[in-house]
Amino acid sequence: MYGLFLRHFFLIKSSFPRILDLIYWPSIQIILWGFISKFFSTYSDYYNNTVGIILTCAILYDFLFRSSISFNMLFLEEIWSRNFTNLFIAPMKISEIIISLVFTALIRTLIGLVPAILLTSPLFGISILNLGVPLFFLFLSLYIFGITLGLFVSSGLIRFGPSFENIAWSSLFLLAPLGCIYYPIEILPEFFQILAKGLPLVYIFDETRNILVNNFVNFENILYAFYLNAIYLSIGISLFYFSFSKARKKGSLINMGE
Amino acid sequence: MIEVINLSKSFQNNKAVNNINFDIGENEIIGLLGPNGCGKTTTIAMILGLLKPTKGKILINKKNIENHRIELLHKMNFISPYIELPKKLTVKQNLIVYAKLYNVKNIDQQIEYLSSTLRLDKFINRLTGELSSGQKNRVSLAKSLINNPSVLLLDEPTASLDPETGNFIRSFLEDYIKQKKISILLASHNMEEVKRLCTSVMMMKNGKIIDRGAPSELIKKHGRKNLEEVFLKLARAEHEF
Repeated sequence: MYGLFLRHFFLIKSSFPRILDLIYWPSIQIILWGFISKFFSTYSDYYNNTVGIILTCAILYDFLFRSSISFNMLFLEEIWSRNFTNLFIAPMKISEIIISLVFTALIRTLIGLVPAILLTSPLFGISILNLGVPLFFLFLSLYIFGITLGLFVSSGLIRFGPSFENIAWSSLFLLAPLGCIYYPIEILPEFFQILAKGLPLVYIFDETRNILVNNFVNFENILYAFYLNAIYLSIGISLFYFSFSKARKKGSLINMGE
Repeated sequence: MIEVINLSKSFQNNKAVNNINFDIGENEIIGLLGPNGCGKTTTIAMILGLLKPTKGKILINKKNIENHRIELLHKMNFISPYIELPKKLTVKQNLIVYAKLYNVKNIDQQIEYLSSTLRLDKFINRLTGELSSGQKNRVSLAKSLINNPSVLLLDEPTASLDPETGNFIRSFLEDYIKQKKISILLASHNMEEVKRLCTSVMMMKNGKIIDRGAPSELIKKHGRKNLEEVFLKLARAEHEF
């Protein structure tokens, strides 16, 4: 596990553009949404006195996005560098591969997110830390969901090869409208509301808005998000094992990346 | 030691490997020859546990790879020109990563030994992607020996190398097998290499092993001047031997 972590640590450490890339996009995203939320707070009654809602949601969504993409990127890096087969002939259990990717993805995500969080305070006078202790649970819940999405996409990459790469990039964009990141679930048409209720994102972001607007923590939302996360994570891990087994039958682990 | 018993692999209706049997003892290099698509890579992938056999079994040191994959992979390794090491990592970083992955003790010593015997010293701190193909090949060989494997699978280890580098690798392997307890399966299209290194050769065609024996025996048996002519005769033949 440490070896696989080192492989990515060396890569990030030796490449300033990579570090810059990790920091650049979250920062740009936060600055952009900072100005949008400032506009809303000035001109909208709904967001009056709740300047930080959109910006906080943007940071949380970006955390989710980065964690999922980071997980996928670790896999894609191996495919692009044609190192994929080398890893799968190394004596690593599937569980060890997953654990090392989970921790490496967390470090990649934090490298990008911490500067973005630090920027919000001097630029917009908002601190995400206003969410208090529940922030930890919200982050944790988002991270689990991000990793779960990463597992789904990586399973596809193992099973179908690099042709699955586009799904890796688009998976979160597909979920974003249903995740009710910037608006309450009631905004969605009825049918989509049914689908959205099956996503932990709805409960996480609903709770974020609830804390910021009402200064009250509804732990039911947080717990329900964890409950859904546990189901999806179990499915994600099982799918990863299943894809590996299928890939061994089909031969897609050989010469991956060619 | 490798034992391959009644091994078959089918992809839908195509039999890529069809009921092959062979074994490789300690300190033996066995050559696997055959035209493209004859099943060499499929066979190697099954030995490595990357591919699940449709039928048959593979025993490494008397243990079935299907049941003891992780345990056995600790003592196995592989080199192929179609697989590369991360280009953005230095040679040393790559070797450290793989040493960790294989749980190698005395990493520094092992890297130093491989670095000096494979002449990596001059570029050990350079990015792997910046190296020439001959240098990259030596680094890949170092990676494949990082765990002191008892089973080594070589898929065209000197393909696209200049004669000097190819000769260096062949000499290295000759010396290495004298010093270590190792079984090597060598898939190659270079007949001179096979003749020089291998104690025995298996000829594969359409997923089957159609002939086997020491290189000199095969040349004599088929009445040809060299192994290349034997290869051509068997590859072109309609019927199997």
